[in-house]
Amino acid sequence: MARGSGTGLAGGATPIDDPIVIVTTQMNRVLEIDVEARVAWVEPGLLNLDLTRAVAHLGLHYAPDPSSQQACTIGGNVATNAGGPHCLAAGVTSAHILALDVVLADGSVARLGALEPDAAGLDLRGCFVGSEGTMGIATRIAVRLQPNPPCVRTLLLDFTSIDAAAATVSAIIAAGIVPSALEMMDARITQAVEDFVGAGYPRDAEAVLLAEIDGLHAGVEAAVAVVDRVGREHGARNVRVAEDAAERALLWKGRKSAFGAIARIKPDYYLHDAVVPRTRLVEVLHEVYKIAASNDLIVVNVFHAGDGNLHPILVFDAREPGVWDRVHAAGEAIIRACVAAGGVLSGEHGIGLEKRDFMPLVFNEDDLDAQARLRDAFDPDGRANPQKVLPRGSRCGEAMRVPEGAWV
Amino acid sequence: MGVSDLDHVAEVIAAANTVVAVGAGTHRDIGGATPPGATEVRVPSGIVSYEPADMTVTVRAGTSVDELETALAEHGQTCLLDPRAPAATVGGTLASGLSGHRRLRFGPVRDRVLEVRFLTGDGRLAKGGGPTVKNVTGYDLPRLFVGSLGTLGVIVQVTLRTQPRSECSSWSVGNSAPEWLRAHLFRPVCLAWDGRRTHVLLEGHPDDVAAEVASASLEPVDGPPSWPADSHRGRASVRPAAIASLGSRLDALDCTWLAEDGVGTVHIGTATEAALGEARIAVEAESGWMLREAGAPGLDPFGRTPANLDVMSRIKDAFDPAGKLNPGRLPYVPNAA
Repeated sequence: MARGSGTGLAGGATPIDDPIVIVTTQMNRVLEIDVEARVAWVEPGLLNLDLTRAVAHLGLHYAPDPSSQQACTIGGNVATNAGGPHCLAAGVTSAHILALDVVLADGSVARLGALEPDAAGLDLRGCFVGSEGTMGIATRIAVRLQPNPPCVRTLLLDFTSIDAAAATVSAIIAAGIVPSALEMMDARITQAVEDFVGAGYPRDAEAVLLAEIDGLHAGVEAAVAVVDRVGREHGARNVRVAEDAAERALLWKGRKSAFGAIARIKPDYYLHDAVVPRTRLVEVLHEVYKIAASNDLIVVNVFHAGDGNLHPILVFDAREPGVWDRVHAAGEAIIRACVAAGGVLSGEHGIGLEKRDFMPLVFNEDDLDAQARLRDAFDPDGRANPQKVLPRGSRCGEAMRVPEGAWV
Repeated sequence: MGVSDLDHVAEVIAAANTVVAVGAGTHRDIGGATPPGATEVRVPSGIVSYEPADMTVTVRAGTSVDELETALAEHGQTCLLDPRAPAATVGGTLASGLSGHRRLRFGPVRDRVLEVRFLTGDGRLAKGGGPTVKNVTGYDLPRLFVGSLGTLGVIVQVTLRTQPRSECSSWSVGNSAPEWLRAHLFRPVCLAWDGRRTHVLLEGHPDDVAAEVASASLEPVDGPPSWPADSHRGRASVRPAAIASLGSRLDALDCTWLAEDGVGTVHIGTATEAALGEARIAVEAESGWMLREAGAPGLDPFGRTPANLDVMSRIKDAFDPAGKLNPGRLPYVPNAA
């Protein structure tokens, strides 16, 4: 089992059955930067933010930016196919990984993917990214770098209701605008963040949206005007455009400090991750608040609204007797509500151990069987990160498998 | 076209000895020849659901690219499926891994596929991925199926990510080197280089497009360049940095070619099979490889053995233990497990 910084939230890097744990944090070099091709080869233990820092002087950046980007590793990002606020327009990790040198479960080494645009045969690179360490361990990773946009505008939209903010998200997308990021924070987390870092958020808002638009000047200004208009049409009290880079950085500091700010409410939290279709955001959010209330818990919501990626955070004090049972009951109810609305179990954190046994909520026997076959093809003996991702019994097809040559 | 048709297709597949999934036949020369007498199956067509505000569309794999893109265009959206073969089916386009010429800006086609539903060789319906724009629930079967040439399962339905069509989309031509244009322009959509001039596709706000055209001294033209249409065609994949020297090699041969700068895809056409073989030698001299896309029946479909064929062959055995799905299309080694 490979482990990077251990920032994963689904237990993917939690050892089960005493595996050998291979810690990658000392494999943290940037090996090569090809400015012309906008490609860098890096080691898996490199921190996400250190990669962007290493190429900043070239006018480039690495697009996926999980909230943990100061601490999480590129190898871990590959394992979970990590996301982040700016994946709305730029795409998640898999879209930014060109090739990987990997050690497979049998100890053999292989290069998956290629620096050429297409590799002949099956897309093993695509299989490996997001496989949570169950297909092997990446030792060198070729990442795609993006040019920094010439023009960036960050907007803060201030609402007196969650519904109005959520409806604005759908309306912005329906107006044909895909912001580079579109984040939402509810009242309680907005206040906590404001108390924590003083980001300039309105303390009396029921919800705020943080929107970022980037690109060339005229297109950015036109999109900013649309977001401003759509926001006001849907009841935004105020739409503020950051005046300069410092104000922009402060607005983002608030968003990225949200998890730290939660300690101002209660000492412990359980962060969930699920995706619903954007058009179902309002009803699912209502359901989430209802579930928390019925379990006598506080929930705060700070999430990637633009792609429907919810992060309900159950906030509690672990010293309170019996609270864990309520946290788990609420968590399961939230997952079921998201699935019932046409959603999926995870948008960016992964399945790991946490959601392994929920997999049958979205996949039937034949679906799980196909995934088990893929995993077994990479790792026939089940040596790589055992017991993660697929629940027991996924290999339901074994008995049904027709003997070799039966059709021939 | 509905469930009953799908049930019928499943029964046909389960009963057949050898199955070849057929779309519109626009790209059937890709990959190795399949055995004569194989049972050809076609899957239903039609859009299942389309919610513009979610920017996703679920479509049966037998739907033509043209039909899908026309429906999306009514809501100002697109899936960016390769427009050069509008009659091609969505399933065929994905199975063939055709990314189209907007890849430089918008990425390969594999990044568009959110969910795939497929029939297994024993006629079971299975799915991978999920219907939302962001999803890491389970293994990434959608990407595995893109480019798998029908060898793992018969794709029957997919959910694709859509995006807004650009307000302005404009081709122009310039004499500057493509690498200079790539550094100078902000995320151009396509830089198609023919060895002399670069055909540039820019999309976005009309004022931005006009400013970029002026600042790079480009000359607006009516439409895209001509992609090679000779009867023998190949698609080369080289590192983007190798395009200039590959261009010089190809200019010395009897062929037409157009390179996607920054991507590394080079489209090559020749009048004879022998000439396409010479083009392949040029591509391999630049450490790349060339897929035979059309014609040239005597030419090896890939020109070289894919890397990691052992792992690929184990996946093939796992998904299609009877070896009945498009046998011969990819050079798997049977019974690799």
